Order: sequence, then C-alpha cells, then structure tokens
Amino acid sequence: MRDITLGQYINGDSVIHRLDPRVRLILTLAYIVILFMFNTLLQMVLALVMILLAYALVKIPVKMLLKSLKPIIPIILFTSVLNMFFIKGDVVFSFWKIAVTKQGLYYAAMMSLRVICLLAGSSLLTYTSTPIQLTSALESLFKPLSKLGLPVNDLAMMMTIALRFIPTLLEETDKIMAAQKSRGANLDTGNFIQRAKALTPILIPLFVSAFRRADELALAMECRCYNGGEGRTRLNALKIRRLDYIAVTVFTVCCVLLFMAGRLAV
Amino acid sequence: MSTLRLDNVGFTYQKGMPDEKTAVSGVSLTFEEGDFVGIIGHTGSGKSTLIQMLNGLLKPTTGSVYIDGDDIWDDKSKLREKRFKVGLVLQYPEYQLFEETVRKDIAFGPKNLGLSDEEIDSRVREAAGFLRIPEKLLDRSPFDLSGGEKRRAAIAGVLAMRPEVLVLDEPTAGLDPRGRRDILDVIKNYHEAEKKTVILVSHSMDDVARYANKVLVMNNGTLLYYDSVGEVFKHALELRETGLNIPTVTGILLTLRERGLDVDTDIYTPAAAAQTITDAFRGISG
Repeated sequence: MRDITLGQYINGDSVIHRLDPRVRLILTLAYIVILFMFNTLLQMVLALVMILLAYALVKIPVKMLLKSLKPIIPIILFTSVLNMFFIKGDVVFSFWKIAVTKQGLYYAAMMSLRVICLLAGSSLLTYTSTPIQLTSALESLFKPLSKLGLPVNDLAMMMTIALRFIPTLLEETDKIMAAQKSRGANLDTGNFIQRAKALTPILIPLFVSAFRRADELALAMECRCYNGGEGRTRLNALKIRRLDYIAVTVFTVCCVLLFMAGRLAV
Repeated sequence: MSTLRLDNVGFTYQKGMPDEKTAVSGVSLTFEEGDFVGIIGHTGSGKSTLIQMLNGLLKPTTGSVYIDGDDIWDDKSKLREKRFKVGLVLQYPEYQLFEETVRKDIAFGPKNLGLSDEEIDSRVREAAGFLRIPEKLLDRSPFDLSGGEKRRAAIAGVLAMRPEVLVLDEPTAGLDPRGRRDILDVIKNYHEAEKKTVILVSHSMDDVARYANKVLVMNNGTLLYYDSVGEVFKHALELRETGLNIPTVTGILLTLRERGLDVDTDIYTPAAAAQTITDAFRGISG
C-alpha cells in the first residue's frame, strides 16, 4: 500500500519551484497543448530536449523520470507497433503479409515521443508543486466562475481536505489490514468473489473511521470559526513576480522557435 | 507447549531505497512458555515493528522467528496456520470491529480457524467471560458500546482464537485509570487461568512492574535488557539515562538516596518501598 505515491512532490529550491503555482500549471497545460499541435519529428525531439532542460533545472535525477515512465512502456510499445504496421506508405521491409513503412516508423517515433513528453511534463508539475499549491492555483484560476454562482472556495477546500487525507487513510488501511490478518482474515487467496467478500472487514472499519474523522474535522473547523471561504486570506498569498514573467517569456520564445523549426523541416 | 524464539531479527523499512530506515536490528531472545513479558521503549524504539514480526505480519529483513522450533517464514503456505498461534492485539484494537453484533465480531477469528458452530459459540462465551462482557452486550452492535467496552470486545476477538502466545500493543492507550486497571486485571486473570505466554507493550513502568515477571527494554531498535523485573529495574539509573521512565516508587527511592537516606533502590512495588523507608528511618533513630 505504501508504494502508492500520490502527489510525488520533491522538496527543492529550483527556479521552477519558486514560480507561482498558477504559472507552473498554465505553462504545463500550454506545453501539453503544443505537443498535440506539433507534427514533425524534429519538433518532438526539440520538445523532449526542452522538458529535459527543465528537469536539469530542477535537478531531478533522470533515474526518477525513467521510473515514472516505466508503467507506460506497454502503452508506448502498443501504439508504436500499431502505427508501424498499419500506416500505409513506402515499404521499408516486409515479412509475410505485414509491411513496415517509412511513414509508419515515423509516426511510431512521434507518438512515443509525444507520450513520453506528456508524462514528463505533467510529472514535472507534480514534482515541483505540493497538492496544496495546486489547489490554491486552481482556486485562484477558477475564481471568476464564482460570479456565476459556483462555490469555488468550498470546492477548493474540499479538494485540499481530500488530498490531505489520502495518506492518512492509506495508513489506516494498513493498520486495519494488519489487525484483520491477525484475526486470520484471508486477503491474499481465493477467487474474485471470495476476495471481494474478504474486503468487508477492511472496508467497514475504514468507512467508520473516515466518518469519525470527518465529524471531528468539521467540529474542529467550526471551533475555529470557519464559515466558508468568502473573505478568507492566505498565509502564502499567490503573487506573480519578475521570475514568473521571465519564465513565461522564455517558454513563449521556445515555443515560437519550435514552431519555426517545424516550418524548416517541411 | 509453545515457545517463541527470535534469532538475530532485524527489520528495515524501504530496504534498498534512499530513505531506508532500520527499525529493529540484531534482536535475539526467547519468550518462554507461561511468561508475562512487558516490553518497554520510547516511541520509535522498534517495539511495534518487533511485535508485528512475532506473528508474521512483517517479514524480518534479517534473522528468523521460530515458533516451536519452526521458522515461520519457511513455508509461506503454512504462515497463516502459524499466525494463529500468536494472537496479536494491535494498538486501538476497537477500530477493527466491523460485524453487526459483538457476538459475530468475536466469532470472526474462530470462524477463520474453520471451527464448528458449537465450538465457535463456546469460544465466544469463554472469551466474553474473560473480558467480563455481559451476555446482553453480545447481541448489540459493537458501534453502540462505550470506548472501554469496545476495547474489551476487540481483545475478546483475539482471545477467542485461543492463541498460544498473546501479544498486546498498548492495550490501555487512551483509557481512563479505571479502564486501564480493568483491562490489565483481565489480562492478568487470563494469564493466571490459562498459563499461556503474554507479551504486553506498555509505556507505563508501573504497569509493567505490577503485572509482568519479565521486562524487555528496547532502545533505538536494539535489545537493551531482557530479564526478570527485579534484574532490569536494578538498572534504574541507566534506564533513566536513556530517557525511559522507571517505576514511580523506584524513582522516589532514588531521590531519597540522593538526599542521603539509606534505602534500597532496586524496589518497584509500593509495599516493599514502604518497608525499606521504614527500615531506613529506624536505622536513623536507632
């Protein structure tokens, strides 16, 4: 259970860590969008270089990036193979009825790079932002919607609380599993239905304690006079600084260069 | 007959990762049949990790745990069977209650043992009897009980499995003084009636001095002392140095000696303390 890492934040003091989380979020989204706009291999390679440079800035070891890529290797292989075999064009080599085409290889490489960049880009966001930063960024970005009657503050508080309690609940699950195993609960063997049934002694105590915690937390919040988000101020107020303008400029310049590179390649 | 033996047992969390942490290392000892052992140590001294290795919840990263001479991890398919010999009551056991009635909850363990309905019923009665759970509570929902009753119901759930060795991790945590005494008395009665090994993790030296006949002191994941209560509390000063509590009366006697009164300090029961203080005063006046 402990192997599940959610919000794999790495503490640090890099340039990227110091950016306003809103800027980090928007740049990540922009990066993902341009990945889908690029259509040449050269651009994809450059996009990969770009994200690797960002990783170098944060000083995250490549090993860590490779580890997070591991689970998606089957997806990459699957899409590559499909692309290789099913795109028609100039045949490079063929055996039996299957022909591998030049275009197929090209698209396979593009797709793989795109998936890798997507994952690397979004991982960079979670490596450099705490869940709290992300929620406050989202809250701030969605703020205009509160004029339409959307309870943005409340939603952000709910999200913060939910994220906060994930590790707590995981720990709790561990403890309850240990206790029920000690009473001879058989969690690891049996068919699907038996296993689902064996979960009852885990799930019921887990729900009971989740409700208890929710109750206690609600009480504690009321004791501190929490009454919704209206008019609340923050300890760490979000503020756009010079560094953020620089980051946006650098990013934009890179994107323009990459688009131009695409023109050249054609 | 059942002995539990640990041979050079160690446990490291996140082994091989950069954030690996050794919780227990190089512990070798034997829990003899019928002993009442108190385990003491700071938070983070490895007590909880140690006891979770006793029934195979955690696999030691070094060394082995033997029950009746068999390494419990020798044959993984028999692990569950061996686990039944060591009943483990974890901290705040009331959070494991889940059935509709107390009766059914206590029966969960025996049911997993594959016993007949009659046998299960008699074991539930027996365990409820030990824990002084009145018959009328047995058909209530465990969630309707008071805190102390829940705790007793949860302990009964483990006792009903009739383990050869009963291990309890701070069974009195969070209870009021009366609840503490109730639980400890119940455990003592069980130990006297069944003559089975009981291992009790506790923060309270007073409780250990009062109930256990052997003490195991853990410090920074290693075994500091494992001996009879009298022998271990002879090291009262060293215990104090490692920041552990010593029984209240021993503490009082040590202070008296520092102030110049000639009292015995390897004493840990109020009655014996009273005796040595009286003797000391007689010595002064006489």
